[in-house]
Amino acid sequence: MAAGVAAWLPFARAAAIGWMPVAKCPMPIAPRDDKRQDELIILNVSGRRFQTWRTTLDRYPDTLLGSSEKEFFYNEETKEYFFDRDPDAFRSVLNFYRTGKLHYPRYECISAYDEELAFFGIIPEIIGDCCYEEYKDRKRENAERLMDDLEENKDCKLPDMSFRETMWRAFENPHTSTMALVFYYVTGFFIAVSVITNVVETVPCGATPTQKDMPCGERYMVAFFCMDTACVMVFTVEYLMRLFAAPSRYRFMRSVMSIIDVVAILPYYIGLVMTDNEDVSGAFVTLRVFRVFRIFKFSRHSQGLRILGYTLKSCASELGFLLFSLTMAIIIFATVMFYAEKGSSSSKFTSIPASFWYTIVTMTTLGYGDMVPKTIAGKIFGSICSLSGVLVIALPVPVIVSNFSRIYHQNQRADKRRAQKKSRMTRIRIAKKGSSNAYLQSKHNGLMNELLDLTGSEGDQLHLNKTCSLLESQHHHLLHCLEKTTAHEFVDEQIYEQNCLESALQSYPSRTPSISSQEGLTGTCCSRRTRKSLPLPNSSMPALHTLSHTQGLQELSTIHMHCPDPQTRVVSRSSLNMQANEVGRIHAKERQTTAAVISFQTNPSVTAEGDGHRSSNVRPSIQTTASSNIVKVSAL
Amino acid sequence: MGALMVIFSVQPKQRRKRQDSVEDELELSAVRHRPEGLEQLEAQTRFSRKELQILYRGFKNECPSGVVNEDTFKDIYSQFFPQGDASTYAHFLFNAFDTDHNGSVSFEDFVMGLSILLRGSVQEKLNWAFNLYDINKDGYITKEEMLDIMKAIYDMMGKCTYPILKEETPRQHVEIFFQKMDKNKDGVVTIDEFIDCCQNDENIMRSMQLFENVI
Repeated sequence: MAAGVAAWLPFARAAAIGWMPVAKCPMPIAPRDDKRQDELIILNVSGRRFQTWRTTLDRYPDTLLGSSEKEFFYNEETKEYFFDRDPDAFRSVLNFYRTGKLHYPRYECISAYDEELAFFGIIPEIIGDCCYEEYKDRKRENAERLMDDLEENKDCKLPDMSFRETMWRAFENPHTSTMALVFYYVTGFFIAVSVITNVVETVPCGATPTQKDMPCGERYMVAFFCMDTACVMVFTVEYLMRLFAAPSRYRFMRSVMSIIDVVAILPYYIGLVMTDNEDVSGAFVTLRVFRVFRIFKFSRHSQGLRILGYTLKSCASELGFLLFSLTMAIIIFATVMFYAEKGSSSSKFTSIPASFWYTIVTMTTLGYGDMVPKTIAGKIFGSICSLSGVLVIALPVPVIVSNFSRIYHQNQRADKRRAQKKSRMTRIRIAKKGSSNAYLQSKHNGLMNELLDLTGSEGDQLHLNKTCSLLESQHHHLLHCLEKTTAHEFVDEQIYEQNCLESALQSYPSRTPSISSQEGLTGTCCSRRTRKSLPLPNSSMPALHTLSHTQGLQELSTIHMHCPDPQTRVVSRSSLNMQANEVGRIHAKERQTTAAVISFQTNPSVTAEGDGHRSSNVRPSIQTTASSNIVKVSAL
Repeated sequence: MGALMVIFSVQPKQRRKRQDSVEDELELSAVRHRPEGLEQLEAQTRFSRKELQILYRGFKNECPSGVVNEDTFKDIYSQFFPQGDASTYAHFLFNAFDTDHNGSVSFEDFVMGLSILLRGSVQEKLNWAFNLYDINKDGYITKEEMLDIMKAIYDMMGKCTYPILKEETPRQHVEIFFQKMDKNKDGVVTIDEFIDCCQNDENIMRSMQLFENVI
């Protein structure tokens, strides 16, 4: 329960009077509050004295100051709690109790602050929204700095890294070993060679006596082919090696760099496969264009290229907008120019798409001069076009540039916030579950207490006597009252789903006696009240219907009691309405087995049921759900 | 050209939004409430001086402006019932506390309500409960009103209950309630029927005394 509202708990409990007239079952008794007067506590932190009310600290019972752990620091002579910690950092800790919000002071060093929080048992996730981003930023910076330091010290190879991992490390970070560096430079060299050969291939080489001027590629075909083959072989080997070394092959194959690699070497192989067919040679030539993609392989070698690529990617929307507005203007002006020049003879403006070229060249202020308007109207509109071109292109660009830098940073922050949001939602859900779990846990504890009293074992009583704070016990009492009002219980999600399954199974027409016990199930505590065949002496004692839970759901399927049919009919909760001796007779023999088989590991699941009296003879009543044969043992 | 126009049209909207939020902030901070003096409150309620002090400290801590509006109220109340949805019931509670129906609960309203609930006579408590159920404050509890209240209460339980909550559970509960309370079977429960019936019911009487020593 969030603590700021601890002050409102009395109000919530008082408002529970609104449930009383409609309640189905009698209310549980309230926890006793030892009327401790609210007293001032003195906290002496390295000489600086802080004072606060005791109830302020009690708001967060799972921290050091809110729990009994602070008693370790109590100084009898001076009647104060002494902590040998930093008083400046303690200010924000104490303010957390007061206001319910934890703030991160900017002047504080992040690791010192973290230590203080850890000492006082406060998780840093609850830092308020105002300071959370700053806190996370500083923490990340710190972590990166530590990691950088670590990496520098990590130059020595870890002895137990597999060959595959060393290879991957060598590929990703060429400075780790000389082999990696050699590999890095060799591949770089071959990329350069490949690109240069592609370029030189097309240069006209000079006329031979036999043939006219032709590009070098056709003249020295064999040489270029060998060069190409060598480069492609190197690239293929490199790709295969990277594929082998990658920790996640699937992810590697999806990455941009690997796609570039594949596209760079594919044309060669396709060319090998294809024959010298006239039809496909056209397509083949197109494929050769893709060889230019090899130049992108340089981005592995250049950090700057990578950043540029990322920048363009993140700025795509601004560029898209620029393109869109340009397209609009181009279409408008091309249309206008076309219709203006339609009249003139020998006009180059043969169609609107043909005018696009003129508009683009004019708006970008290139002005090649291959298309010029001849009519007066055309010249007027042409000049308007060039003026507006200046405006359209020149003006938004600075805006876009500044927008780009602002949006770029904002995007970064938004991504961060989105990533944080998910974890914060998880935290909040965990906190909520924690408080509801706390209630279910305390029910379980209360029940275990009773059971153990009955069975007389002492082994597990240690962790049962966890003292709930007064606030928690009052809150649990409030939830208990709500349960009684509606005659339904809070259960854990797992058990809820189990119950759903069971009821779904039982909705099939199976003539099992479990149906009668199912009806008995829905009766709950109040069926006894309405039947009233047994005198209930003091219904002030609450009927403990508890279905305990938690992760270690210990199914007591070890107690596979195959009760004969007539007995299962009897063995429903309505059996408590039978005469006392009858019930005692039936269950007498099962009493022993119950006690023996209940194996209380850390979190067993037990269904318990009690009715009004704490009678001396234990009356375990066992229900069987014939469908699953899980016997839920209940004991008083 | 079109690009320019689009760019310039986007800017003013943002400026307008910022101005609105500034005005909103001013409004909120202007609503501040200071309660009457301690002596007056002591006279009007059945709390002692010390208890009023404790109550006010808690109240002011949670609501520094001195008044609770409905959303804050719903937030606070929902924190006590993490498994279900307490907002509907909190709405009804808010209306029950906000006696002058001005949309906010001040410390006086808060303390008056608490005084009735914790220190009032059984008659007053039952009166308060009747007032809570009577949503339109016309002096009669109809089945629809009761069904709303009941649904709100069951909403607080949430989904994961044992036994599993069914659709008609609130309705059945309302039927039981009306069978018990509606003596002349006219479909509504008046205040006299309500108080009469409750006073004859042992369990209700006993549970009314439950929270006497909450403060």
